[in-house]
Amino acid sequence: MGSSFSIGQIVKKYSMVIALVIIIGIFTIGTDGNLLRPQNINNLLSQNAYVFVLATGMLMCILTGGNIDLSVGSVVCFIGCVGALLMSKGVNMWLTVIIMLLIGVAIGVWQAFWVAYIKVPPFIATLAGMYAFRGLSNVVLNGQAVAVASDTYLKVFGGGADCYIPDFFKVEGTNLTCIFIGLVAVVLFIVNEFRSRISAKSKGYETASTAGFLAKLVIISAVILFLTYKLAGYKGFPTALIWIIIVVLAYHYFTTKTTMGRYLYAVGGNEKATQLSGINTKKVYFFAYANMGFLTAVASVLTIARYTNAQPTYGQLFEMDAIGACFIGGASAYGGTGSVFGAIVGALLMGVINQGMVMMGVNVNYQSVVKGLVLLVAVIFDVVSKREKK
Amino acid sequence: MGNTILEMKNITKEFPGVKALDNVNLVVEEGEIHALVGENGAGKSTLMNVLSGIYPYGTYTGDIVYKGEVCKFQKIKDSEEKGIVIIHQELALVPFMSIGENMFLGNEQGKKSAIDWNKTYAEADKYLRMVGLSESSRVLIKDIGVGKQQLVEIAKALAKQAKLLILDEPTSSLNETDSKALLDLLLEFKKQGMTSIIISHKLNEVSYVADKITVIRDGSTIETLDKTKDDISEDRIIKGMVGREMTDRFPKRHDVKIGDVAMEIKDWTVYHPQFEERKVVDNVSMNVRKGEVVGIAGLMGAGRTELAMSVFGKAYGTNISGELYLNGQEVKLKNIKDAIKHKIAYVTEDRKGNGLVLTNPIRVNTTLANLSELCNKRVIDKDKEYQVAEEYRMKLKTKCPSVDQNVGNLSGGNQQKVLLAKWMFADPDVLILDEPTRGIDVGAKYEIYCIINDLVAAGKSVIMISSELPEVLGMSDRIYVMNEGKMVGEMAGAEASQESIMSCILKS
Repeated sequence: MGSSFSIGQIVKKYSMVIALVIIIGIFTIGTDGNLLRPQNINNLLSQNAYVFVLATGMLMCILTGGNIDLSVGSVVCFIGCVGALLMSKGVNMWLTVIIMLLIGVAIGVWQAFWVAYIKVPPFIATLAGMYAFRGLSNVVLNGQAVAVASDTYLKVFGGGADCYIPDFFKVEGTNLTCIFIGLVAVVLFIVNEFRSRISAKSKGYETASTAGFLAKLVIISAVILFLTYKLAGYKGFPTALIWIIIVVLAYHYFTTKTTMGRYLYAVGGNEKATQLSGINTKKVYFFAYANMGFLTAVASVLTIARYTNAQPTYGQLFEMDAIGACFIGGASAYGGTGSVFGAIVGALLMGVINQGMVMMGVNVNYQSVVKGLVLLVAVIFDVVSKREKK
Repeated sequence: MGNTILEMKNITKEFPGVKALDNVNLVVEEGEIHALVGENGAGKSTLMNVLSGIYPYGTYTGDIVYKGEVCKFQKIKDSEEKGIVIIHQELALVPFMSIGENMFLGNEQGKKSAIDWNKTYAEADKYLRMVGLSESSRVLIKDIGVGKQQLVEIAKALAKQAKLLILDEPTSSLNETDSKALLDLLLEFKKQGMTSIIISHKLNEVSYVADKITVIRDGSTIETLDKTKDDISEDRIIKGMVGREMTDRFPKRHDVKIGDVAMEIKDWTVYHPQFEERKVVDNVSMNVRKGEVVGIAGLMGAGRTELAMSVFGKAYGTNISGELYLNGQEVKLKNIKDAIKHKIAYVTEDRKGNGLVLTNPIRVNTTLANLSELCNKRVIDKDKEYQVAEEYRMKLKTKCPSVDQNVGNLSGGNQQKVLLAKWMFADPDVLILDEPTRGIDVGAKYEIYCIINDLVAAGKSVIMISSELPEVLGMSDRIYVMNEGKMVGEMAGAEASQESIMSCILKS
C-alpha cells in the first residue's frame, strides 16, 4: 500500500464508499437536506440495526464460498417471540437475553451440523429452517402479538422513546454526552493508528504514505464527529448503536486477526488447498453457520426492542437485506473476499437508498426495483473486475 | 490406401511464453491408423486440439488441408461437420444421463422444439451394436464400466458420422482385456475404411495397431515411421522420443551427506475414492534418506500423485493399507494435520487448484499451513507474519512488489516459490514435491532446483515426482519408476538414462 497506488486503484478499492457518498449526496439534494437532519440519521441507524448485525454474520457464511443463510429472518422472529413471551411471563430480562442467545446458538449448531458434516447444501438446509421457524413462531405466540414487558430491556437494547444514553451534562439544546463519546472515540482511534504506524515503521514494514495516512485520519475522525454532532442535536446517542459498534468491531477483529477468521477466507478462496494445509474445513463451515445463529439472536434482541413487541410476521426478508448488504459491500459471490466494514457500507447504502426514497415519496414498488438494480450492479461490478485480472 | 485425407502443414502454436508447436507437419492417408507418440508435454494433444478446432483458426499459424480443402475451423462443431471427431483422454460423459442421451448430447434427434426420444434410443442402440455393446441405450452411464464407457464414446463419435477418428490415450483407464477389445475394434473399422489417429503412451499397442507412427518431441515432428518400410520396434520408437541432448540445466550439489532412512513405506496399497474396487497404488515399497533427492518417474496416471497424497495423512484414496516408518518408528497418520505434525509436507502438482488461495496475498499463503506458529491464543501476530513472509521472499527470491500482493497476480514461477515457501515454513523433514517445475520457465526451474539443493544440504529429504525425465535424471540421487500403480524399477541416479527409464515403464 505504498504511495505509488494510482487514483484508479484507490477508486477501485473504495468504490462502494465512494458510491455511498455519491448516493448520500444525491438524496440530500433530492430531499432538500432533510436526509442529513439529526432525527433522520438517528432513524437510519436504529432502524437498520438488525441489518448491520445480520450482515456481519452473513458475511462469515458468504466468505466460505458464497454460501448464504436463508433462515435468519424466520429465526429472528422465532427467538423474538420466545423472548417476548418469557418476559411477559415475568422472567428476568437478563436471563431472557441469555436464553435468547442460547437458542440462537442451538439453532445455528443444528443447521451448521447439516451443512458442515452431512454436506446438505446450505441453501436447502437454511431454506428448511426458514419454513420451520416461521411456523414455530406462530405456534409459540398462537398468531398473536406480545408486547415486551420490560422497560429496562427497551432502554438497553434501543427501543421505544428513550433508548438513548442518559445525558450526564444536562445542557439545554445539545447532548454533550454524545459529543463527548465522539471525541473519546476519535482520540482512541488516532492514538491507535499512530501506535500501529510507529510500531510498523520501527520494524521497517511498508506503511501508507504520510499524506494517505493523514487523509485517512482526518476523514474517519470527521465522519465520527459529524455523526455524534448530528446525534447530539436530536436525543443523543442511541443505545442500539452501541451494540452495533460492539458487534462490528469484534467481528472486524475476528476476521482480520484470528486463525479462524483467516480460515474463513482460505476455505472460500480455495477449499482444496486449505484442506491440504492441514485445516479441518468442516469445522470452518460449522463455525460460520453456528455463529450465524448467535448473531441472529443478537439481531432478534435488537429487533423486538425496536418494535417494542413480537409478532409472528416479523423478520420477513431480513435474510435478503443481509445478503444484499454483503454483496453490495464487495463480498464475492464465490467466497474468499469481503470484509466486515464492506458489509456495513453495503448495509448503509441500502439503508440510505431506502430512507431517501421514502422521504422523496417514491412509490413503494419502485423502491424495490431500485434496490434490486443496485444489488445487480454491485455483483456485476464484482464479477467483471475479477475477470479483468485473468 | 494411398489417398491423403489430411495434411497439417507447418503448424505453429504459441501460448504466452511457450512455443507448444513449432512447424509441425503431419500427413495422414485415408484408411490408415496413424499413431502419434511423444513424451508428456511434447505437443501431441495440442496438435489434435488445433485439428479439431478447440484452438480456433487464427490462434495458430499453418494450414490444415482436409480432403483437399483448406479448413478454417472456428469451433469443434465445424470440424465435426466435416467428420473429424476427437475423443478425449478424460471421458466426457454425464454419469446421470442414459447412454442414448449422452450419445446425442448437442446433436439431439427430432425437432428443436421436441426431442424424439424413440428415435434417439433406436439410433443409439444401432451405434452401440456397431461397437459391440449389447447394453440398452436407456441404461445410465454410471451403471456401466469404464471400458464400456470408452466404447460409448466411440459410438458417440460414429453417430456424428465420423470419417476421421482421433483418440487421445483411449486405453489409459482400461484394463488389458478392454484395451485389446478397443484396439481390435479400431482394426475392424479400418477394414471398413475409417481413418484413425491414435495418441498413446503404450508402445506395444502402437506397434499392434498402427500403420504409421509420427514421433513428436518438444513441439516438433521428429520422424514418421512406416510399418511396411521401417523398424517400428519399441526400442526404435523410444529412441526417437527421448533423443535429446542433456546440457547442464541442473545446479551441482556439493558434498551433501546422505544419512539414515528418514521415511519408508512398505506394501502400500490404495484404492480409488469413488470406484472402490479400483486399485490405484498397488503394493508399493520405497524409502528416502536424509539429504537425499529421490525421483519418482512415470507417465501421467501412473499413481505417483495418489501414492504421495495417500502417504500425506490420507489426503487421497480409500482402504489404504501398508506401513509407514519415520526415522525407523512406525507411525499411523490420521489426517493431514497429523502428517504436518510429523514433519511431512506435500507440495501439490496443481498449485492453482490445490495449492494456493489465489485471492489471498503472499503473506497469508506463506503461513497457512503453520499458522499456529504465529499465534498467541489463536490471535495472529501480524508483525511476525510479515517477518516470515519477508524472510521467505528473500530466501527464495520471489519477485513481487510486496508480500501483500495477491498470489493470483504472480507468474507461475513465483507462485511455485510461494507454494514452496509455505511448506518450508511448516518446517518438514520430508518434502514430497509433485511436479515442482510444471509450467514454469527455464530460469525459474533452475532456481527451484537450487532450492531443492539447499533443502537436502540442510539434511531434509526430498521426494520429487516428475514427468520430465531430464529433470528426474538431473536431480535425483536415486530414481523409482512407477507404472499403473506399481513400482516397476529402482535405479541409482548416476546409472539411469532416459532409455532405461522408458523401457522400464513400457515393458512393465
